[in-house]
Amino acid sequence: MQMFQGRAKMATAILLAAILSGGLTSTAVNAQTSDFTTSSKLLLTGGITNIEGSAGGGLTPWAVIGGYGTRDQIGANAFFTNVRSQDYELRTGGALVGIYDRVELSFAQQKFDTRQVGGLLGLGNGYTFTQKIYGAKVKVAGDAVLEQDSWLPQIAVGFQRKENNRGDLLRALGIKSDRGTDYTVSATKLFLAQSVLINGTVRFTKANQTGILGFGTATRDKYDAVFEGSVAWLLRKDLAVGAEFRQKPDHLPFKEDNWYDVFVAWAPTKNVSVTLAYANLGNIVIKDKQKGTYLSVQVGF
Amino acid sequence: MRQKLGFLATALCIVLGGALLSTGVHAQEGVKLTDDAGIYKEFGEKSGLVKIMDDFMVNLLKDPRTKPSFENVDQNRIKEQLVDQFCFILNGPCEYKGAKMKPIHANSGINRENFNALVEQLQFAMDKNNVPFRAQNKLLAVLAPMHRDIITK
Repeated sequence: MQMFQGRAKMATAILLAAILSGGLTSTAVNAQTSDFTTSSKLLLTGGITNIEGSAGGGLTPWAVIGGYGTRDQIGANAFFTNVRSQDYELRTGGALVGIYDRVELSFAQQKFDTRQVGGLLGLGNGYTFTQKIYGAKVKVAGDAVLEQDSWLPQIAVGFQRKENNRGDLLRALGIKSDRGTDYTVSATKLFLAQSVLINGTVRFTKANQTGILGFGTATRDKYDAVFEGSVAWLLRKDLAVGAEFRQKPDHLPFKEDNWYDVFVAWAPTKNVSVTLAYANLGNIVIKDKQKGTYLSVQVGF
Repeated sequence: MRQKLGFLATALCIVLGGALLSTGVHAQEGVKLTDDAGIYKEFGEKSGLVKIMDDFMVNLLKDPRTKPSFENVDQNRIKEQLVDQFCFILNGPCEYKGAKMKPIHANSGINRENFNALVEQLQFAMDKNNVPFRAQNKLLAVLAPMHRDIITK
């Protein structure tokens, strides 16, 4: 029931955002003389929303600023993502705003549902970790889309502040903290003549399983630098397929693996995109070889 | 070790990206796609380009974001010049003798929104005339750097 309420709330939030964005867009069309317009980036060039709420691919933030606002405009997105493997489920919802194609502010809430595994661990079936993530990202150089004769990618730096609600359990497991901040440096380039987009991100993090299992351990409280990469092939202006990789630290007694996915992203209009992926998540706590579907819906302008 | 790996991978990514792109040459009026023999045909040669430009201009005049730049100019002349310019870029038998991009846009007041709207309208015109998506992108890759000369605010 609680899960249902969570979903219903999320659906309401997305619906509200859709109505809001639709309203703002139509205002823009009706008010040409006022100079206030929105949604002028080219289709899909704002990326989708990553599982931590930043604009990018599904697993990793890119250097793009979310939403369709150009440097004279504001853009915004709301998203809901569901990742379901054999034994776990991660539900994430959130929103971001892109300001003048320069600064991105984001919020996401993750619910990691241990399902039957919670029972096996003595926590109770459906035991769920909730993590709130506050993010910010600033574009510092380049333009991923237009600078087609330059070697310089678009570069952005950002952080994701994460707060987990299961501090007592995490500390009992020998984990240092229920809070942590990841710092990211991303470089994104669209190779338009080849219809290919490439992103590379370095993340400085103490997070175990992205923070779902807290930050650091009792004996180790240092940052790791991990690499994340995405490649996307544009098939049509509204359709892209690609693959992603996310390197992960591995300091807990239960092994943590790197993540991979292959995805297809479709944007029927500038207000909606849908991304479907197949993700390989490896070992998570006591369950190995976790694989499953990733489905994400984004609405905005 | 991990830290070194991460830095190495990013450095590699950036260098690779640079190498891929260094084949492009900065050009105001567009580089000729000389290593792509078939692309002119994919645009339907001269007659195809004429049709694309006709549709493009109709689109530009319909879109409130681009209309102000095109409603009070000699539209036929612009279409002819664009046909020549695109024909030249696409390795066709044409010379572009039209105006330089920078001076003619100096006082245009075109912003990023207007520029992107123009790209969208060009994409619609190319779609309508069945230009393959990858061929469209090769042309747009040559045109995109012109934003530096065209966008003035």
